[in-house]
Amino acid sequence: MKMEVKVREITESSIQEVAEKALIIRQDIIKMLGESGSGHTGGSLSAADIVSCLYFWEMNVDPQRPQQEERDRFVLSKGHAAPVLYAALAEKGYFQREELAKLRKLGSPLQGHPDMRKVPGVDASTGSLGQGISWAVGMALAGKMDRRSNRVYALLGDGEIEEGIVWEALMAASHYHLDNLVAFLDHNGLQIDGPIREVMSPEPVADKFRAFGWETLIVDGHNHRQIMEALATARSTSGRPTVIIADTVKGKGCSFMENRAEWHGTAPNKEQVTQALAELGQV
Amino acid sequence: MEKQATRDAYGQALVELGRKYDNVVVLDADLSKSTKTADFAKVFPERFINAGIAEQNMIGMAAGLAASGKVAFASSFAIFATGRAFEMVRNSLAYANLNVKVCATHAGLTVGEDGGSHQSVEDIAIMRSVPNICVVVPADGTSTRKAVTSIYQRTGPVYLRLGRPSVPILYDEGVDFTIGRGIELREGRDATLIACGIMVAKCLEAADSLHADGIEVSVVDMHTIKPIDQELIVRKARETGAILTVEEHSVLGGLGGAVCEVVCENYPVPVHRMGINDVFGQSGSPDELMQYYGLTVKKIIDNVHILMKKK
Repeated sequence: MKMEVKVREITESSIQEVAEKALIIRQDIIKMLGESGSGHTGGSLSAADIVSCLYFWEMNVDPQRPQQEERDRFVLSKGHAAPVLYAALAEKGYFQREELAKLRKLGSPLQGHPDMRKVPGVDASTGSLGQGISWAVGMALAGKMDRRSNRVYALLGDGEIEEGIVWEALMAASHYHLDNLVAFLDHNGLQIDGPIREVMSPEPVADKFRAFGWETLIVDGHNHRQIMEALATARSTSGRPTVIIADTVKGKGCSFMENRAEWHGTAPNKEQVTQALAELGQV
Repeated sequence: MEKQATRDAYGQALVELGRKYDNVVVLDADLSKSTKTADFAKVFPERFINAGIAEQNMIGMAAGLAASGKVAFASSFAIFATGRAFEMVRNSLAYANLNVKVCATHAGLTVGEDGGSHQSVEDIAIMRSVPNICVVVPADGTSTRKAVTSIYQRTGPVYLRLGRPSVPILYDEGVDFTIGRGIELREGRDATLIACGIMVAKCLEAADSLHADGIEVSVVDMHTIKPIDQELIVRKARETGAILTVEEHSVLGGLGGAVCEVVCENYPVPVHRMGINDVFGQSGSPDELMQYYGLTVKKIIDNVHILMKKK
């Protein structure tokens, strides 16, 4: 059975729902990283709104049937942001929220980077940067071969695109006219060693994506309406893949983390968890 | 004696496989005429993906295809498939245990004139060390075709090592080719030659000469390097008391290394490893190179004599 192509009106209530889910995702990110004591906080928070729009608006997935062939796929190419994916999957109902407390613990399915063999709903094992977008191209190719209407979404970090394989994959996606593929660029401007412009600038990113043949859209990565509208534009684009460059703030939602590179790979301590949750609106 | 390059047999086998199974897809990185995946591309253009000169993305795309239900055969030269794209093979294919078959041609010295930069002498060792990867090195055209079917039927990543030059056909269609089970081609009590790939035919030739001198050796085609046939190795160690391993690959970590691991831990007997002695190759004709690096029938015979004195 073919899934119907969604053409839905973006309403205030749908935006409200996505916003509420994004808040829950952010709270869960903080809680699970507080429990694990290690992990990637900043880049999980910066991507929370994108991931919320995907799982709670855009993607055609069924948590009861995580292996269904016709499902849309999501590849977290910036695999270190695993907490944002795990939080979204738990909220969507792929597994119990209590599992989140086991992040990065011995024997837990919730590995430091996503493992498709351990977690229902994880479509790709990622973590080594740059490889996920390449998987996504392969998935989109498979969709075309099988004449399926499902779509493939990938999320790239802006530091991640310093990896050479990314550009091999981008080249292939436009060469093969993969209009069933959408990549997000989480453009938060920071990588582990500092601002991307100082470490190894990939700028100007929009020009580069355009030059590689991608439909290139730029949005405020924390504005749900803009993200949802860009996704609709991507659906109506044919003959080439779409990138949505999402300008974001690393650590978004927690004042003491925002725009600070040191929160790339640091987990909050107890006091910081309390402060972060208070700021996010949970006492 | 009839000859065929294992890469030619691979090309034919892919077409047969493509006819039987709709979920077979083939990828290449701008070497399809050399790896012979062009045979498949001609018949099934809609199931063939040229990655261009981008081996890393070829492996990544193969992962995405396999994660979508395809059985992906990805080909390039051995040096690039296992070297340049190593970390993609490791993290995208093996870690996720995906159904991708990395089928690399032009392995070893017999690439010939292209020289050391293109002669992969370490690929078996590299691939063998990665969890989940099965390593198969067929000796002739017939067993290559059997291997292609076998690796299709096996779930998970496989490294299939193929060669450039024509090599003698050793098997008829009735051969029982089972992954993980070595084939004892000849039985003798004085020593055992365990070989893989193009060296199997040379070992058979050496065994004939030795027989004329009154020495009877066993010859084993150890086409699967991982999982290796422990039971057969231990039995041959017990029966013959000396083992010579022969491979067109570094003596470090390949077939010789794998056999030594089994022998040392289970039934220690003298072993000598023939292969490339931890050096890079160079330009030359395949025959000249095999001569220069000592991978000849004469050297096999010499080493059997030396080994037997150690018994």
